[in-house]
Amino acid sequence: MTLATEIDGNGNGSSPEKLLAPVLSAFWDQPESWTLETYRRHDGYEGLRKALAMTPDDLIAYVKDSGLRGRGGAGFPTGMKWQFIPQGDGKPHYLVVNADESEPGTCKDIPLLFANPHSLIEGIVIACYAIRSSHAFIYLRGEVVPVLRRLHEAVREAYEAGFLGKDVLGSGLDLELTVHAGAGAYICGEETALLDSLEGRRGQPRLRPPFPAVAGLYACPTVVNNVESIASVPAILNRGKDWFKSMGSEKSPGFTLYSLSGHVTSPGQYEAPLGITLRQLLDMSGGMRKGHRLKFWTPGGSSTPMFTDEHLDVPLDYEGVGAAGSMLGTKALQCFDETTCVVRAVTRWTEFYAHESCGKCTPCREGTYWLVQLLRDIEAGKGSMGDLDKLNDIADNINGKSFCALGDGAASPIFSSLKYFRDEYEQHITGNGCPFDPARSTAWADDSTEVNA
Amino acid sequence: MTDIQLGMPQLPAPDYPADVRARLEADGKEIVARYPDSRSALLPLLHLVQAEEGYVTRTGMAFCADLLELTTAEVTAVATFYSMYRRKPSGEYQVGVCTNTLCAVMGGDAIFEELKEHLAVGNNETTDDGKVTLEHIECNAACDFAPVVMVNWEFFDNQTPATAKRLVDDLRAGRPVEPTRGAPLCTYKETARILAGFPDERPGAVAATGGAGPASLAGLRLAKGETPGARVVHPRGEGRGGEGSRDEPQPGAQHLSSHDAPQQTSASDPAHPAGPAAEEGE
Repeated sequence: MTLATEIDGNGNGSSPEKLLAPVLSAFWDQPESWTLETYRRHDGYEGLRKALAMTPDDLIAYVKDSGLRGRGGAGFPTGMKWQFIPQGDGKPHYLVVNADESEPGTCKDIPLLFANPHSLIEGIVIACYAIRSSHAFIYLRGEVVPVLRRLHEAVREAYEAGFLGKDVLGSGLDLELTVHAGAGAYICGEETALLDSLEGRRGQPRLRPPFPAVAGLYACPTVVNNVESIASVPAILNRGKDWFKSMGSEKSPGFTLYSLSGHVTSPGQYEAPLGITLRQLLDMSGGMRKGHRLKFWTPGGSSTPMFTDEHLDVPLDYEGVGAAGSMLGTKALQCFDETTCVVRAVTRWTEFYAHESCGKCTPCREGTYWLVQLLRDIEAGKGSMGDLDKLNDIADNINGKSFCALGDGAASPIFSSLKYFRDEYEQHITGNGCPFDPARSTAWADDSTEVNA
Repeated sequence: MTDIQLGMPQLPAPDYPADVRARLEADGKEIVARYPDSRSALLPLLHLVQAEEGYVTRTGMAFCADLLELTTAEVTAVATFYSMYRRKPSGEYQVGVCTNTLCAVMGGDAIFEELKEHLAVGNNETTDDGKVTLEHIECNAACDFAPVVMVNWEFFDNQTPATAKRLVDDLRAGRPVEPTRGAPLCTYKETARILAGFPDERPGAVAATGGAGPASLAGLRLAKGETPGARVVHPRGEGRGGEGSRDEPQPGAQHLSSHDAPQQTSASDPAHPAGPAAEEGE
């Protein structure tokens, strides 16, 4: 099958205006979109005023009723996470925002924070009021200095305007916000590893229970939320939970950022109600690059089992993607066309997991190592047919048997690629090497032919 | 660099000169004050000592241990876990080419190979003039701008082998270089200071390169009824000389597994075949 490669106005299907729903990204095109002034011109900090007029318990119930689910990959209901924080326990409570966006393919939180950091800060103030926290942290991955700069500045502006600090807007809430830069470790995106890292230790996951809601940062009750989850809260407060629930499905309500990348005509951020399909996104944005067709894609980063062109009509919400055998994850839609070798792609992802394995548990540390050895041999044409079963077997011994989800993520591309592209693995073995020319996959591969056409 | 360490253990690291130590202590106390528990300051403190010397030295680690009342072993365990802490002297500019799957396929592998050849260095090596340290990096959350190159952790989006080579040539020649998203480049040490939590005070640094990048706006433009144009690419490249931003297909782009995930010996550090235990001897 082929996808539309020609743009024909808003021809078939619904128009982008109807299918997309920019909320967080609504004013990213405004001059100085990252400033407090621009944010306030676009209803910034209005949700906070409404939140502060409620009691904290009512606020938690309101966010829970909205149906907002975590945007970091797991989809856990945000309001429920807040509700788990024990109240009246005499301990400090903490909010930690997970801005350690590092899952391969995932690129939503970083552009969000670069263009609109105040949406996160407003969400943080609301969340801290709800869970009775007086100190919040943003754990930002270190490798994105332009974003760090804007967060520093946005936090400074928020303190100056009285949205942070003592007695926020006269509510009695005292709130400190600390921006903390990480130092390069994918595993710190795992929430308990992130907490260990924020405590100044190696980023290694903790055994659960106890869950962070009971014993998180400094063994105190802690909420860990993804950037996009928290940044979505102000709009829910300002425009109402019914407005939020009018988008998406009953179990997956609301809007979210879809990140289109790879061999597509227009890679980028597409904010839409949950449940849009890749076909709709490609149709509206110009499809795959000219003259090529979709071969495989990930619905939510490399840790979510890959899909093929059979899955173009899968609704991209938590239930839809789950029913089709994968996970919505971070909505990182990495699209690869027919020039791409799936063995090469999976080998590289597996090298990543091996590099980023924290070493704490044996199945992941050893398993990812051996997967890399086998995959490199297969890619180089030195594998045997028995290696394919061995790959499957090792992945099976990592999946569900490792300490945290990194191991499960490492197994996903192995299982799914063997399921859909076993032939291609076999070709590498019988043909003594890779049948693909990587030069044809590059972003500039077709430029000379375009000029001649 | 010793291959095997036998005999006497190393002597304790020398202290910083008194004036340096006093300055770092003042900064360090400011960092510690941000956290309810002092140990949380360790990651930013390691960025701070990296800002002083360009890499994390034994002296720097001893300083962190002293300030936080930890052992040097505890500090070393943390410093060696995270990939952003360098453990040897490196260049003024760290050029990182993303070779995770998506960027690699889109041309990151070809860019990395060309830069290695062009600069005559390998992964994690520095040019003779001390200007550029080349390394491949993992996914940097900019896949819609692939292939991506980072210099001192500022974004250089939609790169080609030609733009990347011009970039490193400019860096080595001392010509001003501006990222597609981020501020005009500062040195690696200055970058590390920002990472330690001290805001960039240069006028215009926060506002540099404007709002969201073009790809970030793709959906918003469609939703506003603007028809999509051709593939949206940053202006860098076109505006610089007459070469344009795209190249002919690269003949040297054959796939070489450039990644340094587990090799036969210790991970990512073939120069230290005995594994991490030998690394203290640098």
